[in-house]
Amino acid sequence: MLIEQLINGITLGSIYAIVALGFTLVFGVLGIINMAHGEIFMVGAFIGVLTTSVLGWPLWLAFLASIVVTSLLGYLLEIFSLRPLRGKKGVSHLAPLISTIGVSIFLENLSHHMFGAGNKPFRTAFAEIRFEIGSITIYLVQITIFVISVILMVGLSVWLSKTKAGKALRATAENLETASILGVDTKKIITLTVIIASGMGGIAGILVGMAFNSVSPQMGLSMGLKGLAIIILGGMGNVKGAMVGGLILGLSETLLVAYGDSGYRDAIAFIMIILILLIRPQGIFGSKTAEGR
Amino acid sequence: MQKYQKLFLIILATFMLILLTACGSSSTSTNSGGQSETSIEDETSGEVIQAKIGVISYLSGAGAAYGEAITQGLKLAQKEINEKGEVNIELVIEDSAGEAEQAVNAGQKLMADDSILAIIGPTLSTEFFAVAPEADLNGITIMGTSTTADGIPEIGDYVFRNSIPEALAIPAAMEKAVKRTGAKKVAIIYGNDDAFTKAGFEVMKRTAEEMGLEITTIETYQKGQSDYKAQLTKIKNTNPDLVLASALYNEGAVIIDQARKMGITVPFVGGNGFNSPQVIEIAGDAANGLIVGTPYFGDSTDPKIVEFNKKYEEEYGKKPDQFAAQAYDALYIYADALKRAGTGEDRDAFRDALAETKDFEGILGLFSFNEVGDVVMDVTVVEIKDGKFVEFEE
Repeated sequence: MLIEQLINGITLGSIYAIVALGFTLVFGVLGIINMAHGEIFMVGAFIGVLTTSVLGWPLWLAFLASIVVTSLLGYLLEIFSLRPLRGKKGVSHLAPLISTIGVSIFLENLSHHMFGAGNKPFRTAFAEIRFEIGSITIYLVQITIFVISVILMVGLSVWLSKTKAGKALRATAENLETASILGVDTKKIITLTVIIASGMGGIAGILVGMAFNSVSPQMGLSMGLKGLAIIILGGMGNVKGAMVGGLILGLSETLLVAYGDSGYRDAIAFIMIILILLIRPQGIFGSKTAEGR
Repeated sequence: MQKYQKLFLIILATFMLILLTACGSSSTSTNSGGQSETSIEDETSGEVIQAKIGVISYLSGAGAAYGEAITQGLKLAQKEINEKGEVNIELVIEDSAGEAEQAVNAGQKLMADDSILAIIGPTLSTEFFAVAPEADLNGITIMGTSTTADGIPEIGDYVFRNSIPEALAIPAAMEKAVKRTGAKKVAIIYGNDDAFTKAGFEVMKRTAEEMGLEITTIETYQKGQSDYKAQLTKIKNTNPDLVLASALYNEGAVIIDQARKMGITVPFVGGNGFNSPQVIEIAGDAANGLIVGTPYFGDSTDPKIVEFNKKYEEEYGKKPDQFAAQAYDALYIYADALKRAGTGEDRDAFRDALAETKDFEGILGLFSFNEVGDVVMDVTVVEIKDGKFVEFEE
């Protein structure tokens, strides 16, 4: 029982972590919460349903399609709702946040209109592969989800610290104007960030579809809120924090259901936020100097 | 000057109209046109009973499909009833858009119209709870065809329904399931943030206790959740013989899918909310072994239902669902009461005749009202077998 629940928790936590990575990346560079991230994640999941169940494409192609579409959405998000508000005089720093909320409402209603209100099944043969060890059943999907989330986290960390683009991104995150004076094409870097973050949302979406076999237009909202809780928990703009925070939340939700009352499942994320804000407001991995922005 | 003259003429015309309608309603004719009064009166004084029935339905918005099914069921019944020639029913249909407020507005409009004999609808229980007390106060009969919440007929003497409440559907399904499987231990899972699924859970728990079943665990979930694995793992480890799930089909289908993947093979018993072909669409093979109680089983071989399916498909080009069937029966029940009341004018006489409805033979089976106006009828129990709904065999 415990081992099975731990596996459940790690799977859920890994998905939370991937969603939170997208949040944290955008926050790290732009200093805003991208409220549309949850809905981009949802669109990614729907693209997965559409390509595998309706068009009958193989899974790897579905992944590719989902990443392409969500990246494109990220690009459009940057072009239409973030860039026009950036660096203008008299525009409140809350304006991009509000504008992403608008995008999220738009995307939710659009997919409501296009795909209908109910849950859509996500059927792939891949989701059926499983191993049985004693009385414990482990699905290949669960392992895949964990592995993908670790790869994404490590890859992102390496990319940020070692490559030129990653360094440029960090420079931009540090100070937009200085980076721009030093020859970093900040416009390009910001666009790239939003695109990568959205693409990761797409990956998370398709993984959720496979793991839980349920995709609905409303799934973005709760996932988005959890992602938000995680980056507060792990530390805003911190890649490692997103990963650890995601796993902590996934495990604690699962264990609460297993050994406590399932009615409090959704409350735990927000109890954690309250605690962390009281005890360590910068988050587990956050640095105290993050105030400078 | 000419302007005043025009105004005067309009006022005069309005007065005359009022006088005319007053004439119309004081006579026995239901037609308020003054000119042809005598000829129509000749007809109505024969056998044909004229009646105007108000309908409030969910015709626009997210749940418009319900309203569409209901009004189509009603119109089909209306056509057939009128063709038979004993009663002639006119439907006055109003949209409630699924909002209690708008349902009340529509209801008030219908109640204020003295020519309306009785009301059918509104669609949702929440709307019904808003409209029915007012109808009761105004002394106009109101009947729900899709309202399954507890306490609806108890609103008042003029309030009825022909939709089977969960308190009837769930115990029937549970009894049959327990009889066949010999189950002793049950686990329950339900959505604890929805009035409908919570009510279903209460019924399940009560019934399980009455039947002497051991409840191994009670698990909950909330709307919008997509991962039920933690709850299901817990259920699996208590080894129940049956899983009782009070869920709407949307979440329910996902729950049963994840349960099967996890290795829970025992049958699921659900309420009416679980009763939808969508369950099979979402969960696929995993849906096999779901047992639900329902007032209407579309694939039944009962000749009455087969014929209803055929007529409905001819008229609207698609298969009827439970809501269309219940609405269809509802209008027949009204027509039956009309015949016994003998007039389409007297709201009180109609109410009394309706309350006496006993062993009415509709497509849903033998139907009676109990003393508060709630449903007394047999529940059909169906299960999903090999990817489709079939009648439950013991």
